[in-house]
Amino acid sequence: MSAERRSPSLEEDLNRLDAIVRALEMEDVDLDRALALFEEGVERLRTARERLAEAGLRLRQLREAADGGLKLDDLDR
Amino acid sequence: MSLPLPLDAAPRERPSTVSEVVESARLAVEHAFPPLWVEGEVSNFKAYPSGHWYFTLKDPAAQLRCVMWRADARRVPATPAEGLKVYARGELTVGTKRGELQLVVRQLLATTEGGFYAIALERARAALEKDGLLAPERKRPLPPFPAVIGVVTSPEGAVWHDIVAVIERRWPVVELVLVGARVQGDGAAEDLCRAVALANRLPALDLLIVGRGGGSLEDLWAFNDERVARAVASSRVPTIAAVGHETNVTLTELVADVRAATPSAAAEKAVPDRADLARRLAAAGAGLRAAVSRRLELADERVRHAATRLGGAVDRRLAATGERLRRQAVRMASSCDARLAARQADLSRLGASLDALSPLKVLDRGYAVARDAGGKVLRRVADFPPGGTFRLRVTDGEVPARAEARG
Repeated sequence: MSAERRSPSLEEDLNRLDAIVRALEMEDVDLDRALALFEEGVERLRTARERLAEAGLRLRQLREAADGGLKLDDLDR
Repeated sequence: MSLPLPLDAAPRERPSTVSEVVESARLAVEHAFPPLWVEGEVSNFKAYPSGHWYFTLKDPAAQLRCVMWRADARRVPATPAEGLKVYARGELTVGTKRGELQLVVRQLLATTEGGFYAIALERARAALEKDGLLAPERKRPLPPFPAVIGVVTSPEGAVWHDIVAVIERRWPVVELVLVGARVQGDGAAEDLCRAVALANRLPALDLLIVGRGGGSLEDLWAFNDERVARAVASSRVPTIAAVGHETNVTLTELVADVRAATPSAAAEKAVPDRADLARRLAAAGAGLRAAVSRRLELADERVRHAATRLGGAVDRRLAATGERLRRQAVRMASSCDARLAARQADLSRLGASLDALSPLKVLDRGYAVARDAGGKVLRRVADFPPGGTFRLRVTDGEVPARAEARG
């Protein structure tokens, strides 16, 4: 067992948001595309806020098992 | 005849054995000298695989054999170089094997600035530098949003709790993984190396903090161990080193990607601040709305502009078309007139020729046309059987007729 990576990261959401705002500020994006970008931006904003709100610090301890494998145990605060 | 051995060459008293003499000397020396400090230059230094050190201390006039047992030698951070001036504290004795006066050294200090610590540090630093491990361009940026952060430190100390507290406040969206290691004393360096390697086996690890709280230079010494520095330098993920002290920077901190003054500072560097991020998100939202409404205004303006231009264009086009139609109508009308006139002339000409061809005109002149009952024109004698009836068309009507019998 090993620490799992959390799915699509906040970093991706934020980078995408920046890219969307930049794209929207360019005038040669056609209107349909601009509106699609806006919708995507609003959605990204929502997931990023949710992700930020889901506070949950997880504490674990890593040790080497007798067989040489990794052993991860939950730790109390 | 042999010469008898001179019996008076034998000692009158019982001779001591070598062991007895050396042992007596050892006891006398050990009794006469309490532990003492000796100052001298190191010569003929040899470290045995067993961990014991053998060397000679000398000054211009004399020399003294020294031994330093493994348990004491391992506490000296560096081996002395030939000619190094040192202070050695220990007990005088006589080594039984060689019967030599010997200083059993318990503590060895270099007389140079910083002592053996400075010597060890400089040696390790030079070795790390030679391998390019101190180069600034090796420094990696920290991941902006780490999800899994390893912490190599003592499970007992305050460091772990300090880091947990800071991360809980700033960014409780991560998994913190403690990898315990002794951070001072015997075996600390080996333990730290092992823990750094173990943490690096975690596939999801994004960032590694290696640290301990403050302490004396001696307490921090493991973080100046070349092996620990190399372990941190070879970490697969970016590293933050935090050794709580102010004056000296340890080698581990020099090779880490980022250095923090305290473990709490390391935790702050490791994660973004949730409040900052909430502000950044709010700004992104505002930017998004502003950009799209501007985009919409722009589109609206363009539509209105286009409509105005379209209206003008249609008007102009209509005016042009009207004029063209009128002119075409005029031209069409006149061309129709001309054509009609021509047609009329044709028609009267045709009418005239038709008139000339009409059979009625011939009948006018006194001819008649004979036809049978079916209307078939009778042209030859054979067409008139004797007694057969037929009809004669003359100019103003028809006359029934009969053929006479021919003689």
